[in-house]
Amino acid sequence: MSDAAVTSGRDLRDTALPDGELHARLSRTWGTGKGLIARLSTVDHKIIGRRYLITAFVFLLLGGALAAAMRIQLARPGNQVLGPDAYNQLFTMHGTTMMFLFAVPVMEAVGVYLVPLMVGTRNIAFPRLNAFSYWTYLFGGIFIWTAFALKVGPDVGWFAYVPLSGPQYGVGKRPDVWAQMITFTEVSALAVAVEIIVTTFKQRAPGMTLDRIPLFVWAMLVTSFAIVFSMPAIVIASTTLILDRLIGTHFYNAAEGGDSLLYQHLFWFFGHPEVYIIFLPATGMVSMIVATFARRPAFGYIPLVLSLIAIGFLSFGLWVHHMFATGLPQLGMSFFTANSMLIAIPNGVQIFCWIATLWGGRPVFRTPLLFVLGFFFIFVIGGLSGIMLASVPIDLQVHDTYFVVAHFHYVLIGGAVFPLLGAVYYWFPKLTGRMMSEAMGRWNFWLAFVGFNLAFFPMHILGLQGMPRRVYTYGPEMGWANLNLLATVGAVILALSFLLFVWNVFSSVRGGAIAGDNPWDAGTLEWATASPPPPQNFDRIPLVTSREPLWAERGAMPVVGGLTVDDRQVLVTTVTDARAELRESSPEPSIWPFLASVALTVLFVGSIFTPWAVVWGAVPVGVALLGWFWPKGDVEDEG
Amino acid sequence: MRRQRIVEDVSALPTYAFGTTMTTWWGTLGFCVIEGMGFALAIAAYLYLVHVNPQWPLADAPPNHWPGTAVLVILLASLWPNWKAEHDAKEENLPAVRRWLVIMSAIGFVLIAIRFYEFTQLKVRWDQNAYGSATWFLLALHATHIITDLADTVVLTALMFTRHGRGKRFADVEDNAFYWYFVVGSWVPMYLLIYWVPRW
Amino acid sequence: MTGRPHARAALAVLAFAAILGGCQGWQSALDPQGPQARELAWLFWMFLAVLTAIFVAVMIALALALIPRGPPRDDPLAVDPRSERRKNFVVAGLAVATGVTVLVLTGFSYVSQRNLFRVEEEAVIVRVTGHQWWWEVRYEEPDASRTFTTANEIHVPVGKPVKVKLNSADVIHSFWLPNLMGKMDLIPGQENDIRFVAERPGLYRGQCAEFCGLQHARMGLLVVAEEEGAFNRWRDAQIAPAETPTEPERITGQQAFLSRPCVMCHTVRGTGAGGKVAPDLTHIGSRRHLAASTLPMSRGNLAAWIVDPHGIKPGVNMPTIKLDPDDINAIAAYLEGLK
Repeated sequence: MSDAAVTSGRDLRDTALPDGELHARLSRTWGTGKGLIARLSTVDHKIIGRRYLITAFVFLLLGGALAAAMRIQLARPGNQVLGPDAYNQLFTMHGTTMMFLFAVPVMEAVGVYLVPLMVGTRNIAFPRLNAFSYWTYLFGGIFIWTAFALKVGPDVGWFAYVPLSGPQYGVGKRPDVWAQMITFTEVSALAVAVEIIVTTFKQRAPGMTLDRIPLFVWAMLVTSFAIVFSMPAIVIASTTLILDRLIGTHFYNAAEGGDSLLYQHLFWFFGHPEVYIIFLPATGMVSMIVATFARRPAFGYIPLVLSLIAIGFLSFGLWVHHMFATGLPQLGMSFFTANSMLIAIPNGVQIFCWIATLWGGRPVFRTPLLFVLGFFFIFVIGGLSGIMLASVPIDLQVHDTYFVVAHFHYVLIGGAVFPLLGAVYYWFPKLTGRMMSEAMGRWNFWLAFVGFNLAFFPMHILGLQGMPRRVYTYGPEMGWANLNLLATVGAVILALSFLLFVWNVFSSVRGGAIAGDNPWDAGTLEWATASPPPPQNFDRIPLVTSREPLWAERGAMPVVGGLTVDDRQVLVTTVTDARAELRESSPEPSIWPFLASVALTVLFVGSIFTPWAVVWGAVPVGVALLGWFWPKGDVEDEG
Repeated sequence: MRRQRIVEDVSALPTYAFGTTMTTWWGTLGFCVIEGMGFALAIAAYLYLVHVNPQWPLADAPPNHWPGTAVLVILLASLWPNWKAEHDAKEENLPAVRRWLVIMSAIGFVLIAIRFYEFTQLKVRWDQNAYGSATWFLLALHATHIITDLADTVVLTALMFTRHGRGKRFADVEDNAFYWYFVVGSWVPMYLLIYWVPRW
Repeated sequence: MTGRPHARAALAVLAFAAILGGCQGWQSALDPQGPQARELAWLFWMFLAVLTAIFVAVMIALALALIPRGPPRDDPLAVDPRSERRKNFVVAGLAVATGVTVLVLTGFSYVSQRNLFRVEEEAVIVRVTGHQWWWEVRYEEPDASRTFTTANEIHVPVGKPVKVKLNSADVIHSFWLPNLMGKMDLIPGQENDIRFVAERPGLYRGQCAEFCGLQHARMGLLVVAEEEGAFNRWRDAQIAPAETPTEPERITGQQAFLSRPCVMCHTVRGTGAGGKVAPDLTHIGSRRHLAASTLPMSRGNLAAWIVDPHGIKPGVNMPTIKLDPDDINAIAAYLEGLK
């Protein structure tokens, strides 16, 4: 089992080299080459994470542009900017893009980038799978947006309820495009979830016991578990939908023993945890930012972790509250009311712990903290209106109205996008080595905060005044005109804040102040390495002695030595107490994940046109997988 | 970058191992959980359809269970060579591993042949009604797993007959065996559902 | 920083006032006109009051937390164990308080749910079938000869419990009358029902609340609550077949109508028109709106609708049929007269 037999020429260890030379040699070993093939082959989690982030933000801007178009259409009653066909595609694409192509991927992107750094390892677990999942996500996104550009964008809502999306009423290929895009993004999300779970379980730096894992990593871990358990539901839902449409099965055809509510159960069994899949990573970001800017460890580490886990569990017991108006048995619905209310407790505990962290100190009011404070204001409103929606009677009035639109934008923009923007300001120096402009950051925050509330608060009232969701127009006699106009004005301001954000990012990448390793004097391991981090992340793997290793070890960092220098090796540790137990080889770059993803894209897209694509499309996928896993005969592959 | 002091030397640690020590084992477990969840939801969907339909099956006769029973028996019997492959991989006994992998590959091919016949014995088409759709779906879902595991086994078998058949590859054999347990285990509820719920 | 939270609190109060001001109106959940809607509105206001109080308290706590206190934190790890213990107690207490609050709210919600779905002997049973994008309305009576069908307009007697049976002919729709009751879905292959009472005479607008395709936005319906006598007169009139026209223009209109493809989809009882896939037009002239509350009823609007249904309601299932202007006017006159 020992590798004593491995040829000694390549068995150079990091203990044998001075710091400078070690750094240079490791950078060579772990680096990504130049040229197109090398770029497509990279398995560096930082490069892939950055691509993920940029792609997700591009989709955010695209989805935002759709929202702006919808707001313009709704600004006045009877507006003729968009017809019903265009509007229905727009809101479907907006929801689909934001949920599947922005919110989930962006959180995973941050996880892909940061989790390996925070746990002190050199690359994510299964780096080739990571490359594959990025390409698959990208191709899925390009696919649905291409369809949209060709006017075959889906028009049945991001939820694609049957029978509207079924063979009888869903026209042309539109719902197929939606269903297959789901398959792309879920394959990608599930793969990343496994990578993050295994990275967190097995690749933590020695000494990082379970109770020393940074809260963001905990949040990503719980999120990944939620993904693993919830996303199969949407895969089953979208697959059976497409089977109904393409080969004539009858899962959802009431005339042949099928049932349309089955689809809703499957969809929301995924759909509600989905909200927490988006929100939980954001709470992790909040925990990290609050601790750094309160300049103390997060108050209530254990309650915060337990809250994350409790939310993860409870999120699976809420799905029926999306179906209160479908005529389910009363008693069953009451159970889901109780469950939906219960989730307020762990959410409350988190809020209390963050406030307690800030309490009695000297908070440093920089842009990341401003966004977190905005998060408190907006998310608490969204959480409280969520309590209203948990009540069956209240839900019967406001379900499928603009009240719900207001609620979930408070939860998702307030609860996830505000922390995410804060996180970008916070970790931008780590990614780029430069600070973002603080002045622009403050403008960015206030425009976003004011614009957001102007845009979405009136929607609560519109919903109560009877305005349903997903209507492309309304009559002047309905009395909804003024609040809609106000919401549109708010949306414009919100859009400006995002333009400012993009400008800040672009100008700071080139001209921002040089950040240094740890500009905020934060306590976790990602700040222990250079900004931006070298390809190997750490020249030597840190040995962790505390939850905030950089605060605890102000002198020389304790590290472990003994990993190879000329071959990619990561240190594998035990699950609970993170004792070093293995020096595992980590895969080299490879073009095959990219090719496998291309082959899979051909299969998925082809299957929309003929079910046989699944058969002949499997051949190139198989070939690509063979290339991926067949060892090249190098030392690191032989072990 | 900060100054460092080396406080522990990990040079002596091995570069591969078996079971829960390896990241791959956890990855395989993760995918088993994902697919197991998919199975569970497919089963739940099937039972939901049983529940909403006053009559089940929505066909004149339940499927012929003999091919499915044969698959069950072969799957259960395959546990032995599968365990042997796993065990001998841990011992790094290359000739034995090769032998068991060849046997497992052969078993896989036999299973796929029976599975194709099984589809013809369901006595309902997938596009006939929701019962047919659900039955075909469950059976196809499981068939996919046999096919993918067989592909994996065949490639691994080939690999073990090349110069790569050493070291970390033994851990891959163990992983492959681990996944096969999942394929066997998941057939039991599927089998009961497809063949015995309609007879109940 | 201390100024900002105050500004926020002021904003919250303003917003609250905006809600109070904005609750009245045509198709509004907060202008209840029956016991069910009142129950819902009461529950909403109660929740809003409790939750607003919680919001304000949390924001005040946050504001207080932001006040700088103590020396600069040079060593982030230096925390005072005594104040940490105090915080422990406070956070634990607040967690318990959260639990109690949601429990109480759950209790209120449950009681309200029971009240809402209490079954009373209904005076009227209406079967509503959802179509893309209109409502088929059928009054069911034990005496089959008194059963009749209309569309998009439901008349109910004031103060009497009404039961609406819901299902769908195509996709999922949702029946929602915010001033009278919450919503309930119309699902193909399933029958749901919803009950309400209208306490005062009046017109109550409702709208489809589940996305159902191109014209989901224009799938309105109207409830007309009237005194029992008026309701009975209306019902008797609806049961009767259409009157045969006597004016020359309407006679021409009827002939044009009956000789065109109109009859493939529409029914006019008492004539040869017996189509089942589109709204029953037997008494269309008595209805207040056209095309599921898209247009007010008038001869001009009828003519406009017949000329170009897709211009008015793009995607609607009614085809555009080539007619010469005289025929259009005559048909409009004929239909308008079907009181």
